[in-house]
Amino acid sequence: MPLVYAGVCSHAPGITGRADRADPEVRDAFYAAYRGMREAIARSGAEALIVVAAEHFANFFMDNMPAFAMGMADFYDGPIEDPGWLGIEPFRAPGHKDLSKRLITEVMQTVDVAYAEEWRFDHGIAVPLHFLTPDFDLPIVPANINCQGPPLTPLHRAWAFGEALRRAADSVPEKVALIGTGGISHWPATPDSGKINEEWDRRFMDQWCRNDRQALLAYDDLAVYADAGQGGFEIRTYVATAAAAGGAPGTVHFYAPIPIFSVGCTIASFDLAA
Amino acid sequence: MSLYYVQKFLYQLNREPELQERYRADRRAVLEPYELTHEEVEALVEPDIGFLFHLGVNGQILMHFAALHHIEWADYLQRMRDGVAEHGPVREGVYAMTGYEGTEAHAERLGHRTTATASSSSESTPPDDPTTKKGST
Repeated sequence: MPLVYAGVCSHAPGITGRADRADPEVRDAFYAAYRGMREAIARSGAEALIVVAAEHFANFFMDNMPAFAMGMADFYDGPIEDPGWLGIEPFRAPGHKDLSKRLITEVMQTVDVAYAEEWRFDHGIAVPLHFLTPDFDLPIVPANINCQGPPLTPLHRAWAFGEALRRAADSVPEKVALIGTGGISHWPATPDSGKINEEWDRRFMDQWCRNDRQALLAYDDLAVYADAGQGGFEIRTYVATAAAAGGAPGTVHFYAPIPIFSVGCTIASFDLAA
Repeated sequence: MSLYYVQKFLYQLNREPELQERYRADRRAVLEPYELTHEEVEALVEPDIGFLFHLGVNGQILMHFAALHHIEWADYLQRMRDGVAEHGPVREGVYAMTGYEGTEAHAERLGHRTTATASSSSESTPPDDPTTKKGST
């Protein structure tokens, strides 16, 4: 079936782990936007959810770092972080090994993706699922782009990965939804944590909403690092999602810098029917 | 120096409760299999968060090590700032790409180029959080 949903959202651990320190008004508006995303995914009739994440040395390390990886298991445990620190209780999210295998096989036609039959979710996936599938009733297919340990895959390869995911999702009989998580500008877990370049974020999301491939692929990692921090490298997940949307126009449903969450909190989606 | 092995130890420590137990029991003993310098061993034993950041340990790894030691968030951020102030710019790794220049200097530079929302100061004085008031080790 053609892809039924494509969107992006933030995943910073502070969103759940430091929830009580944020301005309640803006925090609750952000949480409401997550609920909107949850409802939109439910309305799409999705039978599985691909989560394109940018995990943070939870499963993949510099001893054997894949540029791209996808999960191929029937379940995934999380969070790998201390539950009290993250504010998310231990969970087991359902996977779909057979669906993963079919998706991975198709992706491999154009992108060399590593696969993992074991994968413990860190906040990059656990935080979005906490809001989007709180009952863990939707099979997850995790996908990862190395956005943490340079050298990083070029943006045009992230685009190619997104295109491959779309082709794969369209090729299976199940209704598949896809989200990218991460970004946008932020300096997470560093002395600059809490800094957010709102102007940069808004310009990026404007390009994302126009699905402007040329603009999205023109970003340079050194400039991204200078203006958007090392967390800005996670735009790869947004770029892959834009590619998966196949040129569809996007809408930002929520954006607000929340410094104690260390990120410009974002919820956005593409209109695949347009 | 061996940033790779410092980070490898912390990566494994972060994801393996059994290794955490062994680290709690005898910090030096668990470090023996790793190719580490004397200063790296001392920083991991103490733990010296600021010096580890100065060495180039990625914050995505380091923040969990800090949490293991019950170092609360604002204290964790301050220890990294103090480490850079005391020991100098980050030596190696992703943060050394342009050289860590400090929160204020970076905000100022961003301010010249953009209208960045540079508001990390709001993290410096968080309200009391009973879940993180366990004291540091």
